[in-house]
Parts: sequence; C-alpha cells; structure tokens
Amino acid sequence: MPSPRYWREIPARFRLEAGRCPSCGKVVYPTRTLCPDCRTEGLEPVTLSRRGRVVTSTVIHVAPTEFQMEAPYAMALIETPEGARLMVQVADCDPGEIGPGTEVALEFRRIRREGHGGILCYGHKAVPVRPGTA
Amino acid sequence: MREVAIVGAGMTPFGELWESSLRDLFVDAALAALRDAGADRLDGIYVGNMSGGQFVGQEHVGPLMADHLGMRGVPSTRVESACASGGAALRAAFFEVASGASDLVLASGVEKMNDGADVTAVLASAADQEGEVYHGVTFPGLYALIARAHMATHGTTLEDLAAVSVKNHAHGALNPKAQFRQKVTVEQVMGSSMVADPLRLLHCSPVSDGAAAVLLCPLSRAREFTERPVKIRASGMATSAMALADRKDPAWLDAVNLAATRAYEMARLGPQDIHVAEVHDCFAIAELCVLEALCFTERGRAGEATRAGVTSLGGRIPINTSGGLKSKGHPVGATGIAQAIEIVEQLRGEAGERQVKGAAVGLTQNMGGSGASSVVHILERV
Repeated sequence: MPSPRYWREIPARFRLEAGRCPSCGKVVYPTRTLCPDCRTEGLEPVTLSRRGRVVTSTVIHVAPTEFQMEAPYAMALIETPEGARLMVQVADCDPGEIGPGTEVALEFRRIRREGHGGILCYGHKAVPVRPGTA
Repeated sequence: MREVAIVGAGMTPFGELWESSLRDLFVDAALAALRDAGADRLDGIYVGNMSGGQFVGQEHVGPLMADHLGMRGVPSTRVESACASGGAALRAAFFEVASGASDLVLASGVEKMNDGADVTAVLASAADQEGEVYHGVTFPGLYALIARAHMATHGTTLEDLAAVSVKNHAHGALNPKAQFRQKVTVEQVMGSSMVADPLRLLHCSPVSDGAAAVLLCPLSRAREFTERPVKIRASGMATSAMALADRKDPAWLDAVNLAATRAYEMARLGPQDIHVAEVHDCFAIAELCVLEALCFTERGRAGEATRAGVTSLGGRIPINTSGGLKSKGHPVGATGIAQAIEIVEQLRGEAGERQVKGAAVGLTQNMGGSGASSVVHILERV
C-alpha cells in the first residue's frame, strides 16, 4: 500500500474517528463530506467506543494472500454503541463461536504485513468479551 | 424515446479457454452476433468489462475491440460496473438507440479471468478497499456475511442454499455453452470444501473466460435483420451503499429492488407478468436475496420456494434456465449480456431442452460487487 494512502486513513484506523450528522444524528465510519442519509454537510467528529456487538459474521477459509497464514479466521460486521458499523476480523477466539449478538471489544492490532519491503498495516480487530471480563 | 429491439446474439462457450485471448473472445462473440443479424456495419459499440487492466493488463478496451472487429472509426466505449458491467453496457446501448442518436449498436461483454491473475484479489477490488478488503474479507466472505444475516433473520437453511446450486447445475447440464455441464446433488454441495462459512465451493460461481454480444436497433427497423426480434421493454438501474456496513439490513439487496421497481414501472408490468428470468447467482445466497428483491417471492421465502421447485424448469417462474452464473460460468464483464442472450433464446423459442413453454416476457438481473449496483432489463417477444 502506498504510504500516503496509509497516512490518510490513520485517523479512522488508529483512533476510530467517525462523523455524526448534526441534522439527522446518523453516525458514519469513517467520516465523510456529506451525510449519506440526508446530505447535510459538516459532520461533527465523534470517537467510537472500543466495543460493539456482532450483526453478522463468517469464517474465512480461503483467504487473500496476505492473510493465508491466519486462516481460518472470523470476520464480522459489528455495531458500536454510537450506531456505527464496521467490518473487522475477530481474533483470540474459536471462529465458530462468533455469531449475531456476540459482544466484542475493539483492540489495536497489526492487520497485515505487506511483502517486498511494504509497510506494516495497523488498525482494529475485535475480540470477544467473555462474561466476567467486561 | 424510440422502441428498441435485439436483432442478433452471439456468445462464446464459457469456461477455461486457454487458447483465446481477451480480444479473441470478444471478436468471436461480436462476429456471431453480427452474422446472426446479417449486419456488416455498426454505429456504436459498448464493451462491458470489469477489469481487463487487472486480469490481463489491458485497459482502453473500447478501441481495441473495435479495431479487431474490423470496425476502426466506430465509437466504442468500455463500461464498468464490476460484475454488472455487461448489464450496464446493454443499458448504455439501449439508451443510445432509444434516443435516436444511433441505429445499430453492439452491446457486448468480455472477461479473460484465467490468465494468471490473482483472481481473488481482482474480484475483491469490487468491494470497499478501505473499509472491507483492508481487514481481510474476501468476495465470498461478503456474501457469506449476507447469508448468515439471511439465515438469522429469515430462518434460511443450508439445504435452501444447496437447492439453488442443485437446480442451476440441473439447468446448466442442458446448456451446450455452460462451463459445468453436470448435475450435482445436495450431498455433493454440502460436502464440498468450505470457502467462507456457510458458503462452500459448490455455492460459488466459477472463474471463467468468455464473451457475449447482442445487436440493438430501432424496433421499426428490426425486420430488416431478423424474423424474430425481441423488444427491450424496460431498463432499470440502481445503486446502494458500497460497503455492507452502510446498509440497514445486510440480507436485503435494495439496489436490486430499486432497479426492478424502475424496470417494472417503465414496462408497466409486475413480477407476476414475468415468465422466465436470469438472475445474478454469483453465490447461492445471492439468488435467494435477488428473488425476494425482484418480488418473485415474499421476503424471506425464496429458500422455501426454491426447494419446492417454483424456480426450476417446469415451475411457476423458471430462474436461470441457462445454468446461471453457477453452472454456465461467470466471466464477470460478459455475464450481463449472456443473461440477455438466454432470455432472447427463450423468447425466440430456441432454447431447446431448456425451453420454457409459451415464454413471452423475460427478465434479466445483473449485479455488481456485494450488491452496490444492479441492472434489470425486461424483454418481450414481438
């Protein structure tokens, strides 16, 4: 990945910065110029909580090249308490145990390592919150 | 707007066509379409192609294809909407003829996927790179997320998913152009290797080479080229959120529903008027979601309808009589045009063992990415 692209995406990836529409309250991650629901401009910055709930999930068995060493692994669409949804890998778990409603915490992790002198790519992964550890 | 007809159709077989290049495939299909209509000149060409650039390093395919078809000088444009590129090319050609700007326009699609490219990575470029692909989700993975949501919301079962593959392979076994001309059983589907849970290999369309082309002209001139023109009654297109995260219900394909609503309105027809349809079954779950979005079944009931034979040859509304993307093959840019060709054959009564008796009105539904774009056409025998 070219480093300028990686650098541009840091606020959302590292700090979970999202946008809240001042008009309709919609929260979008990452933030945008226009609210996708009502087209209002000037979304207000909001930082997402580092927790959420699985909306739907899968277990990837045939993985992209950069992720082959990790397969099989769980991917989930999660919703944070602010109402934002994001796609994340779910780590530190039995992938088969992840499903709708699973409570997760978001942790800062290395997402992938690019070959041929490429950069290390960081971001957030989800880990299940087990009863008594929340 | 003028009324528009399809007066010629041609396609290559779909499959691993190692001896044919991107341009060879296009020329084979385009020549077949021109010969079918007895036409030797064109006013315009649209080439549906998802990713010549990534699959074989070839962009600028519009002029390349015009050149190799012996049509230097003719306007020729590549149209891209991921796996809906073919449908989008047909729509562009339809409006060019309908507007009165041109009389003879070729709508085509071509893809050369088996030439050494990292197909998984190329297909994933139709998803949101920053929000989805970065984190390790694959294209089958996105549809697996849709499948799990559909199962959780509507009670759709693994048997329902398998029934889609079994039906489409049974249809494809009758299609000489299909990549996989053999039937499969529920047990084979459910025992095939896991790709992205719950989707297994036999729930997924294959990697294919192929091309397809149809020739369009004003309906008023159609009899100059064919005894059996097929009228394009309507073209509808819609978009939706690119990322699955930005859709309210991941199990509902709103771009498909909106495109269909527009097409039904333009045709002044409803889902009950359609006799046969080709839909975008890139994965088994996609066919179920599409049947619901096209209003062929109630929301959440497509699995049950499939198992009951409603969508099989001989059923109330036969779906994917060609074998669908699953069995016929899915050279992504060509698929939307190949779908139209199957419906043209059905409406001309030329579908052989796959013929739906009395078919007079048919529908095609082509889809890009995980459903962010969709194109629907309604065709009618005249």
